[in-house]
Amino acid sequence: MRPILMKGHERPLTFLKYNKDGDLLFSCAKDHTPTVWFADNGERLGTYRGHNGAVWCCDISRDSSRLITGSADQSAMLWDVKSGKQLFTFNFDSPARSVDFSVGEKMAVITTDPFMGLTSAIHIKDIAANPADQVAESKLVIKGPQGRINRAVWGPLNKTIISAGEDAVVRIWDAETGQLLLENDKEVGHKKPITSLAKSTDGSHFLTGSLDKSAKLWDIRSLTLIKTYVTERPVNAVAMSPLLNHVVLGGGQDASAVTTTDHRAGKFEAKFYDKILQEEIGGVKGHFGPINALAFNPDGRSFSSGGEDGYVRLHHFDPDYFKIPSI
Amino acid sequence: MTIETTQKPRWGELDEEEDTDYNYLLPPKQTIGPDNNGIKKTIEYSFNDEGHKVKKTTTTRVRKLANARLSKKALERRGWSKFGDAVHEDVGARLTMVSTEEIVFERPRAPGTKAEDSSSSDPLAAKSGAVLMVCRTCGKKGDHWTSRCPYKDLAQPSETFVENPTADSAAPGAPGATKGAYVPPTRRDGGVRPTAGADMRRRNDENSVRVNNLSEDTREPDLMELFRPFGSVSRVYVAMDQKTGMSRGFGFVNFVRREDGERAIAKLNGYGYDNLILSVEWAAPRAN
Repeated sequence: MRPILMKGHERPLTFLKYNKDGDLLFSCAKDHTPTVWFADNGERLGTYRGHNGAVWCCDISRDSSRLITGSADQSAMLWDVKSGKQLFTFNFDSPARSVDFSVGEKMAVITTDPFMGLTSAIHIKDIAANPADQVAESKLVIKGPQGRINRAVWGPLNKTIISAGEDAVVRIWDAETGQLLLENDKEVGHKKPITSLAKSTDGSHFLTGSLDKSAKLWDIRSLTLIKTYVTERPVNAVAMSPLLNHVVLGGGQDASAVTTTDHRAGKFEAKFYDKILQEEIGGVKGHFGPINALAFNPDGRSFSSGGEDGYVRLHHFDPDYFKIPSI
Repeated sequence: MTIETTQKPRWGELDEEEDTDYNYLLPPKQTIGPDNNGIKKTIEYSFNDEGHKVKKTTTTRVRKLANARLSKKALERRGWSKFGDAVHEDVGARLTMVSTEEIVFERPRAPGTKAEDSSSSDPLAAKSGAVLMVCRTCGKKGDHWTSRCPYKDLAQPSETFVENPTADSAAPGAPGATKGAYVPPTRRDGGVRPTAGADMRRRNDENSVRVNNLSEDTREPDLMELFRPFGSVSRVYVAMDQKTGMSRGFGFVNFVRREDGERAIAKLNGYGYDNLILSVEWAAPRAN
């Protein structure tokens, strides 16, 4: 396959997200300007100007009308996808790290980093249908985990929040009361900070990637460990194929050490694993820096990766890919 | 491809003026395809300067980069006008490019081979149990199998490719546990376990495949990549000219199993590699 290279960002990529229909690809980078691309040919549709810091995360509403972004400028913003206009700004006292719309987009969960004596927190906001009615107050603030919370997403039926972060523990919280419901078993859990978390399409399980060079698949309700994928690189990004039983892990050696070694030692490929057999089935090379973001098109026929090198690489699979035998 | 036809327009049919356009005399433009392979043929006719009719057939390959199935909503979004920085994009900016490099979905094993192949087919594993676990990539003992080597993406360490391994260097690790009992030479055949220099030497001559007509750019890792899909490779070597440091255009590949070597020969003899046609054969036994 010949990947499409998108060089719209001047700084390392941080996050990638497809919309529900899979025709738009949203990219976040440290260069303050989230960008939207057409997912088939990689043409740039527009940019969202307004943030004043690295943008860490974004989420897109199901009907592709609203975008929410979380940024290091201590704010999260709601945008009109079509025009690129800012609709609302949530201000925080510390950088916003992760954002996620609930099912139905009536709520959003936003995590903030530990900063200037503040601990990290998970904020739940009501999202108004009309941006004019939007209020800034948090509906619920959950505090507790030590260190940064790298990702928080909604559980089934918006009843729970799943969070993971630097303390290497996956937690499930009650989204109504803020109570801690479950913590993962320390024996089988990650040993180093969790960098990424991706839900399956049906929302029944999720995958976490960690700097301990592994990714783990968990049941979203019982938080039991289902599978572990062991790799040779610290994992920065994970994604699950919605079509086949494949998981993709991306990562690579720390960006600060890249120039000190041979480029092949960096292990900057996206590695594909069989979800069930936990076996490596392939790799896709190309980036010349660690992979920071991965996203699968909802149709499962293409995926994109964003690297520390500032490129988004959009891969449309060759027919051979779909012939890989599986059980 | 251009074919000149000698058929000129008859002078009687021509008008008095010289510059008249005779294009109406030409057959219409024809387009054939694109067929299943994406080959499209366009046939055009024109007059050249001397008034000869020229048939021009253009063959192009149409490549579909992506199958876009767009929903109604998505189709509408296609028509959205650009916003933000995308509005005044420089024409030369070329933010979106198709990679000039063909990226393959790299399979860790050759398609069709079994998962267990790399470890269970290894005669080492079957014969001597878990003691003798020597990684052929990084040379570590007892830590991991070659297929699990954390350094497998790196090039082969060059010391693996000594042409004539001396007795000392050829026996990288014969653990004490296996040394005690006497094993008759007849029994040693199947095992590639390096017990002594002489044994090692024989192994190097066994299942050795000679590759001729290599391009000068071919190095050992390239050969490794080429031959690895056929089975466990114990050694690859590309002959270098000692004075110039250039490749002499041939090399050797040793397989752990003879069948693998046979398959490799069957497959790669006559195979086009780096614009040259390889000739692959069993290496003649060393004369000494």
